[in-house]
Amino acid sequence: MPSRKKPYFGILVFPGTNCEMDCYHAVKNLLKVDCKYIWHKETKDDDINAIIIPGGFSYGDYLRSGAVAKFSPVMSFVRDFAQRGGLVIGICNGFQILLEENILPGAMLRNNTLKFICKYVSLKVEDINNPFTSGYKAGEIIKMPIRHNEGNYYIDSIGLARLKENNQILLRYGDADGNINSDNNPNGSIENIAGICNEKRNVFGLMPHPEACCEKILGSDDGLKIFRSMIGSIL
Amino acid sequence: MLKVNVYVTLKKEILDAQGLVIKKAIKQIGYENVGEVRFGKFIQIEIDDNGKNEEEIKKEIDYLSDKLLANPNIENYKYEIVRN
Repeated sequence: MPSRKKPYFGILVFPGTNCEMDCYHAVKNLLKVDCKYIWHKETKDDDINAIIIPGGFSYGDYLRSGAVAKFSPVMSFVRDFAQRGGLVIGICNGFQILLEENILPGAMLRNNTLKFICKYVSLKVEDINNPFTSGYKAGEIIKMPIRHNEGNYYIDSIGLARLKENNQILLRYGDADGNINSDNNPNGSIENIAGICNEKRNVFGLMPHPEACCEKILGSDDGLKIFRSMIGSIL
Repeated sequence: MLKVNVYVTLKKEILDAQGLVIKKAIKQIGYENVGEVRFGKFIQIEIDDNGKNEEEIKKEIDYLSDKLLANPNIENYKYEIVRN
């Protein structure tokens, strides 16, 4: 990782990724921060100090979402980058890849509704002591879109206890008043979990798409603070 | 050349939403006597055994299944080796 403090984002692109341009727009055009695409065949990059693994359908979601992408050459770079403390955010399919790669704990199951869900949801910010949600207020209710078929987060009871103990649950599905229960759980995700970080708090995976809600004209600009928080932690 | 049939299913403790829907559909067709239905994946792989013995081949299939074919966090797998 470069020692310089100027934020420089790398956005991974796999065959089938489709949210990379939205991420680029948010970081480069809205937040005026350097940014570039990194093709999945790359094995190193000395410029960047933050990685975005965007959403989409890497390798057509064949076998399991994210199961094939984890073998792309770029993933050994991502693993190493994360181990050295670099910031990594995995959005939707990016989250699924991080789970398949075991960089984050747990796994994704098909939505319990067995439907592809595409809608705005309310989320509760459960933790702000990390580089990704530090720009929000603790307990703040935000609005972001979800669009996925496999967002039903699962982790065994021991893993769940560990997530709670270390405050690794950063976002939960809820309603506009902050109630969190099965009525406002869109996909069956365990304890309404929408986003988690690793123990070192430098890797974040979330199913909602912050890059798709960075401007009011899109219905919400609540997503911008995720990227802004990351930039703030690099500076 | 031999064939390996790999079956991947969700672990028992995990709710199998697809299995439940299939069960419901079976009942709708009129088969009320249906019990639990589990949904899974079937993967058939041809392997050139290169004179390897059964144990060596099983070791390779276990490795492939743990690493790629199944996600050990949520799925179990079993397989059978079919020699032509």
